[in-house]
Amino acid sequence: MSSAEPTRRDFLYIATGTAGAVGAAAVAWPLVSQMNPDASTIAAGAPIEVDLAPVAEGQVIKVFWRSKPIFIGHRSKKEIEEAQKVDVATLPDPQPDSARVKQGHDQWLVLIGICTHLGCIPLAHQGEYDGFFCPCHGSQYDSSGRIRRGPAPANLAVPPYEFVSDTKIRIG
Amino acid sequence: MSGPSTYQPQNAFLKWFESRLPIMGLVHSSFVAYPTPKNLNYWWTFGGILAFMLGVQIITGIVLVMHYTPHVDMAFNSVEHIMRDVNYGWLLRYLHSNGASMFFIAVYIHMFRGLYYGSYKEPREVLWILGVIIYLLMMATGFLGYTLPWGQMSFWGATVITNFFSAIPLVGESVVTWLWGGYSVGNPTLQRFFSLHYLLPFVIAGVVVLHIWALHMVGQNNPTGVDPQTDKDTVPFSPHATLKDGFMMVCFCIVYAWFVFYVPNYLGHADNYIPANPAVTPTHIVPEWYYLPFYAILRAIPNKLLGVIALFGSIGILAFLPWLDTSRVRSANYRPLFRQFFWIFIAVTVGLGWLGSKPAEGGYVIAARILTFYYFAHFFIILPVLGWVEKTKPLPNSISESILTSKRVTG
Repeated sequence: MSSAEPTRRDFLYIATGTAGAVGAAAVAWPLVSQMNPDASTIAAGAPIEVDLAPVAEGQVIKVFWRSKPIFIGHRSKKEIEEAQKVDVATLPDPQPDSARVKQGHDQWLVLIGICTHLGCIPLAHQGEYDGFFCPCHGSQYDSSGRIRRGPAPANLAVPPYEFVSDTKIRIG
Repeated sequence: MSGPSTYQPQNAFLKWFESRLPIMGLVHSSFVAYPTPKNLNYWWTFGGILAFMLGVQIITGIVLVMHYTPHVDMAFNSVEHIMRDVNYGWLLRYLHSNGASMFFIAVYIHMFRGLYYGSYKEPREVLWILGVIIYLLMMATGFLGYTLPWGQMSFWGATVITNFFSAIPLVGESVVTWLWGGYSVGNPTLQRFFSLHYLLPFVIAGVVVLHIWALHMVGQNNPTGVDPQTDKDTVPFSPHATLKDGFMMVCFCIVYAWFVFYVPNYLGHADNYIPANPAVTPTHIVPEWYYLPFYAILRAIPNKLLGVIALFGSIGILAFLPWLDTSRVRSANYRPLFRQFFWIFIAVTVGLGWLGSKPAEGGYVIAARILTFYYFAHFFIILPVLGWVEKTKPLPNSISESILTSKRVTG
């Protein structure tokens, strides 16, 4: 019954089907896109500036950026030395301390305070590595925020930040 | 119409599934093979359009709820947040608000089709009454949804409509307090209206299932009002009705899109862009256009309780239509006198709608009273009497005969 040549009906079916598919995609896109962060959420996630002057040596403060807790630690000489002396190859997630701080400002540790295991907030100045300890499942981080022991797979993340002056950073 | 399906799946997996849950057979017999009168005109496409619009309202509504806050202090701002911040929020909001208007345009055309062609007559009485129930649920849903943006019209419309119930003797005030959840329209009211607005569309969907089931039980009416006699009178639903419905849906969506993209606030009221103020009533409270005829009827009656009764009665009377219209002939195509009264009735309802938008003063009140009287007279006097006295035109013997003898085909 079907001829070798495509018929007018075939053409109409294909054309209508294509128009319908394009229409369906055009309808679906806004429905999907509306769940992405909206303009006010994006605006609230704009970079923040933090003044470092009040942070004493040895102190770790917490700020929020994009609803995430950010640890800002003023490391002591001991903590810096311990972080730099470690053999990087022995680490579960190898990374030198120099890659996790800004050059010339290695006394400042800026980390996203979310355990890379399942998302709890680790506790500062705790654990065997003079760093952070996550009470949920026992992950231990060192004074550079690198994972040493426990179920967490990766080092504590470093957020994008830069020094706008010696005593002020902009996160984001 | 009933009986085992003619659907026989070829694929092995489909056969396995079909013997466990015969849903494909159901869809096949209801929407593919279903015998449809072959003379249906475009007035019959609005049922499908209504089902489509229900889907549109539910989908846009669910998505809007992801961003809306149902609290008096935040509702208005959350709607503006949707309009300004949410990706495509402006589109979703306008689709939903204009979608409601389009939903009502379609339902009025659908109902008037029923009125003209006698689709409410035996054996379709229950089908018709289910339709009246769906219409009432739609009106409730529309009212509840309109309160949610918490603008001036939202708040005062809620106050006026809930106050209807104070007309009930003895228990009226308690009923109103119970509805409000407080001493006036306030946060408890808004929150429960939000819950019910989310609920009712799914109730509508359930009644729509019953409506389609009742329809398939007796079969569709057609422009002649003569039942299909043989297979020659019908065609399979797919592709004939699906494509006709689909085409009309596209045309309908063009009108819908024109409102959404070019005049999205035309059918609304500017006062609803003012945040609700319980201390100041707007000078001209009007409901949305689809309630205007009934609003005119309410205001035409000078007595509070009788006005409310007239309002609900003007909708409720539709349920009795199958018994009020005594004619044995279904379609107005063969009832020349009824046809004239039908068009007068349309003019009267449109006139009542226009009067509903006007202030209740002077000549408008007099006109509203005359048209209200005529509205009820149409149902209580004209329809019953017409059935007895009217001389109808001779009916064709079958649908096929009506097509072959029509002026279009011969000559």
